[in-house]
Amino acid sequence: MTTNENTEYTGPAVEIKGMNKWYGDFHVLKDINLEVGRGERIVICGPSGSGKSTLIRCINRLEEHQEGDIIVDGIPLLNDLKKIHAIRKEVGMVFQHFNLFPHLTVLENCTLAPIWVKKMPKKEAEAIGMKYLERVKIPEQAQKFPGQLSGGQQQRVAIARSLCMSPRIMLFDEPTSALDPEMISEVLDVMVELAREGRTMLCVTHEMGFAKKVADRVIFMDGGDIVEQNEPNEFFNNPQEERTQLFLSQILGH
Amino acid sequence: MKHKSDLTQGGWLNLNNPRVRSVVYQILIILGVVWAVATIAGNVVANLEARGIATGFRFLGERAGFGVSQALIDYSSNSTYSRVFFVGLLNTLLVSAMGIVAATFLGLFVGLGRLTPNWLVRKICMVYIEIFRNVPVLLQIFFWYYAVLQTLPRPNQSITLFGDLFFINVRGAYAPRPVLESGIGILTTLLILAIIAVIALTIWARRRKRDTGEEFPVFWASLGILVGTMTVGYIATGQPLVFDIPELRGFSFDGGMRLRPELLALWVALTVYTSTFIAEIFRSGIQSVSHGQSEAARALSLTERQRMKLVVLPQALRVIVPPLTSQYLNLTKNSSLAVAIGYPDLVSVFQGTALNQTGQAIEIVGMTMAVYLIISLLVSAFMNWFNKRVALVER
Repeated sequence: MTTNENTEYTGPAVEIKGMNKWYGDFHVLKDINLEVGRGERIVICGPSGSGKSTLIRCINRLEEHQEGDIIVDGIPLLNDLKKIHAIRKEVGMVFQHFNLFPHLTVLENCTLAPIWVKKMPKKEAEAIGMKYLERVKIPEQAQKFPGQLSGGQQQRVAIARSLCMSPRIMLFDEPTSALDPEMISEVLDVMVELAREGRTMLCVTHEMGFAKKVADRVIFMDGGDIVEQNEPNEFFNNPQEERTQLFLSQILGH
Repeated sequence: MKHKSDLTQGGWLNLNNPRVRSVVYQILIILGVVWAVATIAGNVVANLEARGIATGFRFLGERAGFGVSQALIDYSSNSTYSRVFFVGLLNTLLVSAMGIVAATFLGLFVGLGRLTPNWLVRKICMVYIEIFRNVPVLLQIFFWYYAVLQTLPRPNQSITLFGDLFFINVRGAYAPRPVLESGIGILTTLLILAIIAVIALTIWARRRKRDTGEEFPVFWASLGILVGTMTVGYIATGQPLVFDIPELRGFSFDGGMRLRPELLALWVALTVYTSTFIAEIFRSGIQSVSHGQSEAARALSLTERQRMKLVVLPQALRVIVPPLTSQYLNLTKNSSLAVAIGYPDLVSVFQGTALNQTGQAIEIVGMTMAVYLIISLLVSAFMNWFNKRVALVER
């Protein structure tokens, strides 16, 4: 399937059907079924070890699933390097620990993939890099190295780095969990703006304020199952399942 | 002055004042060192006088009077001791350079072998490392020299490789020797032109990548240019390069290049021994780059080769290079074990034979030590420069 067909593709952004994953004998993801609409913003929450990070990491093949189908942007995720690369081009990811490349400047972090994956001229890539660094409000740090930046700034660079590939889907894996409290809001502000632009987003996060503000759907996972999913108002005010109620009382209780 | 200076607080000899204490200790240490040096120097002078040995470097100009089995520069038994010094030094540098190049490549392959998903390759590499790293290098030199090379067939039953071009027997390894004839000048010029073309091509490809994003297969194009130019040039200039092929005459070989068994054994032993350490350095260097870096590279859709080249290796090199250097130095220093199998390195011919004949212990040992020290300092200086250049910028 060529890229051209993808740009015209209007079906669901992500389809997961009957997906199972094991780590050895441990059943991390149990019969997951999930359809993510184009432009939909989803927040996934749940206690640690519930499989929520593993779930989104399966979408761009950082983890391999053993059973079931995953279709991303119309491309079936198979054991085929071409398909995996095609999917990864459409899927950006932001990590808990930023994972910026410490040997490259902020701008070089942003231009690396456009230059080497999209074969873009350096000037054009730098223009795009600067555009997204401005979007995350740190163009003045372009020539610095990641080690010279605060955690919040680094995470914003990581977001800009993903955006430079113009992905149609963004995955966030606990993007604020490794940040000092005073830096969380600067990252969340950027994410809220992205959400309002209508990009498909899947966020694993415990920031319930963020979920209430921008999510179309909140998914609660526990023990490898999707326990409950609903639009945010219903989810927070009227949780159906006992496990959801317990979890919400624990994280909202203080 | 309102405050007494820190050193005089509580009186000059208050030993409970940490600064006074540290000054006193330093004075005591200096006195100790001076006393030790003076004692040794006094002893040396007295002993030299007692044995009637004249000090100084005059012996370097005297005739050595002994033969050396392998010399890279002109040497005969009429040459001077200073000539012996350079012959030994060059032999040391030769085996070290050969060992460093071979050990680096072997180490790289074995190190990467330990990281492959292939179970068999991984285990073989692990066993190789554990065996050769844990056997003393001197034993390994003996092993290759006596157990392997000395049991090779006699010249008239040589093992031949590639038809009748390469021979291995108990006297060493023989290979064709290139002989230059007229017309070689044109060929050399062509080679230089081809190299310039390759450099220009590389710069052009880099510029094109920067301006248009298009990539160009520089490696294969360069290989084509070099091989093509050389082949055409070789034929056009009337084949100015011929090979002197070793030939069996009676009981030994004539012509060609010969690698003596001493050099071969020392080279193989140093290479194999050092390669195990280098393999572990490469492995640990690559593993030191956090998994998150690879995940970020994959998430950005970089291919596995790009991930290695652009993300992992540049970071791994910072970890790899400093210990790699000390392995290079170790190999150079270990090459002095050459004396055990009679390879004529610096320690063997200069500090060994020359010292025995002249008795100029202080000068000769001093010069030999200085050589190893200078090599080490030069390499360290280069490494410090390199490390500073590639250091990560932190806050």
